[in-house]
Amino acid sequence: MDKLTNNQIAWRAAQDIADGAYVNLGIGFPEKVAQYQPPGREAIFHTENGILGFGEAPAPGQEDWDLINAGKKAVTIKPGTAFFHHADSFAMVRGGHLDVAILGAYEVAETGDLANWSTGPKGVPAVGGAMDLVHGAKRVAVITDHVTKDGKPKLLKRCTLPLTGVGCVTRVYTSLAVIDIDAGRFVLREKLAALSVAELQAVTGAELVLPATIADLIVPEL
Amino acid sequence: MDKTVSDVATAVSAIPDGASVMIGGFGGAGSPIELIHALIDRYRATGAPRGLTVINNNAGNGHVGLAALIEAGMVRKLICSFPRSADPVVFTEMYLAGKIELELVPQGTLAERIRAGGAGIPAFYTPTSFGTDLAKGKPVEVFEGRSYVQERWLKADFALIKAETADLHGNLTYRAAARNFNPLMCMAAATTIVQATRIVAPGGIDPEAVITPGIFVQAVVEVAHPHQEEDLNRANATYPLEA
Repeated sequence: MDKLTNNQIAWRAAQDIADGAYVNLGIGFPEKVAQYQPPGREAIFHTENGILGFGEAPAPGQEDWDLINAGKKAVTIKPGTAFFHHADSFAMVRGGHLDVAILGAYEVAETGDLANWSTGPKGVPAVGGAMDLVHGAKRVAVITDHVTKDGKPKLLKRCTLPLTGVGCVTRVYTSLAVIDIDAGRFVLREKLAALSVAELQAVTGAELVLPATIADLIVPEL
Repeated sequence: MDKTVSDVATAVSAIPDGASVMIGGFGGAGSPIELIHALIDRYRATGAPRGLTVINNNAGNGHVGLAALIEAGMVRKLICSFPRSADPVVFTEMYLAGKIELELVPQGTLAERIRAGGAGIPAFYTPTSFGTDLAKGKPVEVFEGRSYVQERWLKADFALIKAETADLHGNLTYRAAARNFNPLMCMAAATTIVQATRIVAPGGIDPEAVITPGIFVQAVVEVAHPHQEEDLNRANATYPLEA
């Protein structure tokens, strides 16, 4: 089955970020979203460890290790950057001041529940800021492959893995579709043109609600 | 008033066995690595302190700083949000062998618990962790139709802090994102010990630029050229460092 690359999923999510939005991108895959801001729009990126409005990664050898993001990667400052301590940083998160948080997922339920921090009791548990980020941002979106590496649905009626948050996700950008979560249901907004609704439903673990208009999911080659 | 201490060994000399110690930093940024190493030196020389409860966002990286403190066997319990790193082998092996206790706290809850500890607020409610495994056993209350989890303050006997500039009163500034948990921990510890890259006379810091007011600080020691954890790890360093 043809599907979007991670870069293309990130590009699609970036198209919904308004000019002037305050945005937190989860560590790893979601960080790619920053690369695809539409021309003419400027989003201000927040990182949990106390920077608002940071810039791109420095050239190798130019790193300042007091200037890192939540993934502990080196970033840069640019005109308008602000520093603050951790309590202020999470006041921005929980206090409803961020416009968008974009996170990865192991599983998303039609209830909006998200599981993205633990794959079970084995190993060392680690949560970081994930449980804080899912509360407070005006919009919590997920970017993810539509299915797991072994082809199982990641969009489910109920999550099976430990939850990060309850009823928090409102939009999911997958490798096959754009799906809103509305009143406890998955509502299909966009899908790849080559994919039938039946094919998409077959790899989705809960019923897709089909509105009158379902747009084609169109992204550039990246 | 002069809160300066002559050297890092003196600065950490009063931390006893079993103490709770907040250590500033997020990963290597803002980590008071020379104070941590001084504590390890003391332990290697005297066998104390041991049985420490350490509060930090992470669990160390490689074999320097916090990881070296854990590797030395001085830490009984770690309270943190993210015990993973590029090289988390020290904590991982100790944890899986049952040799260290872990209290996992969401990062924003950890920050606010420390802030509350410093501000005299014994408990507060947060939406974070509601409905998850990390909220088990905690009281839940509904405010304006939404459920919130009760969390308790977090205080400590000592805090080890890295600042950029300190004055003799203990007023502090920080450098870039090395600020992170440091100002909160200054507030929440009974005794706050600061390593600063520069110590200046009162008046040497613009009052408008003070981030941590000196009332939260008990001791200041100058470390003019602090190591960066990331640089040490890129050089595959292990503590004690080779000369």
